[in-house]
Amino acid sequence: MNSFKDKLPPMGTLGPLIALVLACVFFASQSDRFLSTQNFSLILAQVMVVGVIAIGQTLIILTAGIDLSCGMVMALGGIVMTKFAADYGLSTPVAMACGLAVTTAFGYLNGVLVTRIKLPPFIVTLGTLNIAFAITQLYSGSQTVTDIPAGMNWLGSTFTFGGATVSYGVVMMLGLYLFTWFALRETAAGRHVYAVGNSPEATRLTGISTEKVLLWVYVLAGLCYGLAAMLGVARTGAGDPNAGQTENLDAITAVVLGGTSLFGGRGVVLGTLVGALIVGVFRNGLTLMGVSSVYQILVTGILVILAVATDQLSRKGAR
Amino acid sequence: MKLNTPKLMLTAMALAASSVYAAEPVIGLITKTEINPFFVKMKEGAQAEAKKLGAKVMSAAGKTDGDNAGQITAMENMIAAGAKTILITPSDSKAIVPAIKKAQAQGVMVIALDSPTEPANATDALFATDNYKAGVFIGQYAKAALNGKKPVIATLDLFPGHPVGAQRHNGFLQGYGLTSLDAKSNELAKPAEVVCMADSFGDRAKGQTGMENCLQKNPNINVVYTINEPAAAGAYNALKAAGKEKDVLIVSVDGGCAGIKDVGAGVIAATSQQYPLRMAAMGVAAGVEYAKTGKKVSGYTDTGVTLIAAKSMKGVDSKDVKTGTDLCWGNK
Repeated sequence: MNSFKDKLPPMGTLGPLIALVLACVFFASQSDRFLSTQNFSLILAQVMVVGVIAIGQTLIILTAGIDLSCGMVMALGGIVMTKFAADYGLSTPVAMACGLAVTTAFGYLNGVLVTRIKLPPFIVTLGTLNIAFAITQLYSGSQTVTDIPAGMNWLGSTFTFGGATVSYGVVMMLGLYLFTWFALRETAAGRHVYAVGNSPEATRLTGISTEKVLLWVYVLAGLCYGLAAMLGVARTGAGDPNAGQTENLDAITAVVLGGTSLFGGRGVVLGTLVGALIVGVFRNGLTLMGVSSVYQILVTGILVILAVATDQLSRKGAR
Repeated sequence: MKLNTPKLMLTAMALAASSVYAAEPVIGLITKTEINPFFVKMKEGAQAEAKKLGAKVMSAAGKTDGDNAGQITAMENMIAAGAKTILITPSDSKAIVPAIKKAQAQGVMVIALDSPTEPANATDALFATDNYKAGVFIGQYAKAALNGKKPVIATLDLFPGHPVGAQRHNGFLQGYGLTSLDAKSNELAKPAEVVCMADSFGDRAKGQTGMENCLQKNPNINVVYTINEPAAAGAYNALKAAGKEKDVLIVSVDGGCAGIKDVGAGVIAATSQQYPLRMAAMGVAAGVEYAKTGKKVSGYTDTGVTLIAAKSMKGVDSKDVKTGTDLCWGNK
């Protein structure tokens, strides 16, 4: 029995989209260079790394967890794949697979600590954030890896699509979003993720292993960070040990702006993409206007508070 | 007797340790971060010089650039460990001053490396690059390279309010002969020729994003000033993607070995090279001298800046890539 109201997207999903459109309208009125397919494809390319990290972060936040280690794990993955290729002469696919394996292993480590030893995700990932950072610095000697094979830049190369230059990395990001959206919405495993976030106890009583679901969520998130590392390497053409410093908070910002509840169980992964785009649009638009980046930080802060407040109020209303 | 053995051993170890401390002057080196290659090299320079002179270097750093509290903690710990000289690259030029005063009151000589405190005479001495002059050099080079063409400039700066960022930026504009601010200013000058300014945080990815947005704002940009070489490499990526890498001149400051390689590869036209190894070595030598004779150093010592360019310009003094590679980070 679906009433009409059930078919409408909830406010938590529409709000971010409205904010994004309003921001675009504002910047279009301020700069005649803002409104072009070329500029939009640019913004997409600028948010793709954080965007893919934020997919993993969304999965974790849906289970009422949080991952502070995501940016540093990504940086480690990027250093591993570039150094394996540059120093040991491994072929590009093998080196990239090694990087993915390392980030996925970190996800597994987070998952084990959360599920088996029952440590709070905030503390676990605070620890692994520092561990991943230190390993990255020690392994790279704090030096950027530049002599990487051209194949590693493939995801950064572009093709023309309807007047816009689109990179393969952006296509990959959009594909990952659609895939995750579908999996969360249409598969049993996806529904289990929401169930664990809503009420772990009730989920357990229905016979679902919450531990297993959580472990898989952290492992898949680790894989996402590895994919983000591939995008980051392709975009900058180098393995950068100082990458990922702000990405953990940027990813959480994107998830929250996208309307996913920090209390778990509610949210749509496509909202996260909108959240990432809001931040990207502000950075791009304010530069076009010639305004200092400090204003971008200010606006982002206000939007985050608004997003969480909306979530909290709508929860109260639902009760 | 059995009970006393560990105690005896401890006493012996303490004696041995204290005699080592008495023989070797202890010098503390506090950098802004552990991870910037510039500071990594500075630490190597200090250790090499200390080995030569028979001193011991303890090093520490703030957690991030701007972490004043972390630097103060490091300073207190080093003084407790017997350091009589502290070399510091202040993260916050004003906030560190009270802690320096306290150290000096305990008979510790404090030398600022790389960047000055405010006021500059809060430390006993300063060994640093003249960042304004470094900017002036690349400004003069850019002007000569453009050869009378009207400049359309983008600047990829550090982040708001950082004195080194402001000095390089304003020095560059001064060197180009544009309206600028003086070396004391923390503001970034913005004459009409500068059509776009973006913060790069000295980071490759953010430099690339900044340049992309600037090109979007004004596709006619023909000169790019960058705070350092990673930001320049990011800018080059953006220009290459837009097919403009041949028509745009990128200048930078730092002179790290990777940066000089980029000058040779045509990514960066010219860069002002500075010498962290030299700063650190001079600091350690001064510390050893103080420990032996009690004589302190004072005032500002310019550790030098050299303009490195693949192509020399008439009327601008520059050295070639080979010289730059030999000298990078202050290696001999």
